Amino acid sequence: MTPLSFTESTDKPAADKATAVTSAAGEPPKPRFAAIRMILAIAGKDLRTEIRTKETINAALAFAVVILLLFSYAFDPTSDQVREIAGGLLWLVFLFAGALVLNRSFSRELTNDCLDALIASPASGAQLWAGKALANYVLLLAIEAVCLPVFGIFYNLTWLGQLPLLVLVIALATWAMTIIGTTFSAMTVNLRLRELMLPTLLYPMLIPPVMGAVKLTTTIMAGDPIGDDTIWFRLLIGYDIIFTLLSAALVEILLVG
Amino acid sequence: MRQKAIYILSAIAAVLLTWNLYKVFMVEPDELNQGAMYRIIYIHVPFAMTCGTGFFVSVVASIAYLWKRDLRYDAIAASVTEVSWVFATGVLVTGSIWGRIAWGIWWAWDPRLTSMLVCWLLLVSYLMLRQAVDEPGQRARLSAVLAIFTFTDWVIVWKSIEWWRTQHPGPVLSIRSGGGMAPGMEAPIYWNALAMACLAAALVLLRWRQEGVKREIDALRRYAHAL
Repeated sequence: MTPLSFTESTDKPAADKATAVTSAAGEPPKPRFAAIRMILAIAGKDLRTEIRTKETINAALAFAVVILLLFSYAFDPTSDQVREIAGGLLWLVFLFAGALVLNRSFSRELTNDCLDALIASPASGAQLWAGKALANYVLLLAIEAVCLPVFGIFYNLTWLGQLPLLVLVIALATWAMTIIGTTFSAMTVNLRLRELMLPTLLYPMLIPPVMGAVKLTTTIMAGDPIGDDTIWFRLLIGYDIIFTLLSAALVEILLVG
Repeated sequence: MRQKAIYILSAIAAVLLTWNLYKVFMVEPDELNQGAMYRIIYIHVPFAMTCGTGFFVSVVASIAYLWKRDLRYDAIAASVTEVSWVFATGVLVTGSIWGRIAWGIWWAWDPRLTSMLVCWLLLVSYLMLRQAVDEPGQRARLSAVLAIFTFTDWVIVWKSIEWWRTQHPGPVLSIRSGGGMAPGMEAPIYWNALAMACLAAALVLLRWRQEGVKREIDALRRYAHAL
């Protein structure tokens, strides 16, 4: 990683606001610090674009509600059976709605060759990836935070009692979804069939963490003790660590060559 | 040279497979609980071994490509993955047939089976990704990265049998668990695995040659286009 000068990072309009506070001291920042600022600048840029246009978050939320509605035709939403399949339903909603957000992550940069500009910027591939992943993570968590109460109301489920555990599961599994989704979004961004390729690549890859998340969410929503299911926590944590490192190491090859 | 290797490997595979079939059907006794049906293990497990070896070779070739940036490594990775996919299909099919008799169901949603299916799907997506990219350098790069992801997933599959033991039996081969199958019954599995490995190597060499020809045609087409 090359050390970045103060002027280089603030020359970029997108990085301007995010770095204004930390660079006020006026001395060149240390490389490690600069890397974090770069990541935050890219994440900030993505989130700001999304908050201003709301193009994917609105679509993802509307899509999530549509899926919740469609599920009500697949089974009786008032039966006790819902408790047993609640985890699966919830994660299918998250997965389908999440793919919409992840698909746009890199492809929105294709307009006006923004992706080339980002690659040419002082940010390394890994920093670009981390920034995008961070923004996607926040967006996915926001969508999930809206879906969860709606899901509870529609299907008569109470999950407030075990909220901290549920939040932990969602945080871990959503990170798994985010890293793989962001990396594969970078992989498919230049393909003709990217809208088709991303889900084809993404869903099989995500089956292990989704299985863990479904199992844990169902146990938590049923109000049962976790007990033997801690193994799934280990799976989620292991998966997150392995693929975060792998993605950070390989994304440069995907983006730059 | 390559032509000769293909013939020799195919011949070894044919001789070994014939000899093993004779051993498995005429010499080996029926198993205590499953009767004659257990013999599918002599196909199922060597398929899985070949498929696993194929995965490993493909990821090594992919890493070699990323390191050396030589398209020949990419051709090896592509050929090996394609052949592995065929063997992965074999594992799923023979496993289903076995499961139908031993468990009474064609498919159990056990983590090991699911993971095998996941890997099979990942190989499909690898092959699909290769088709979706036109530029050879970009295709090699993207698919090499995907192969590394696929292999990491495969490692999770490998470990999963020890983590979640449900419907699929635990390790029975002595090299992994220190016992389970009688030594005499185990030997044909390894001989069959060798035969399958020879067959797979012959198929890979064939596919590799095709990849080379394809690259040549591609280059000629580009040249013609430039003219």
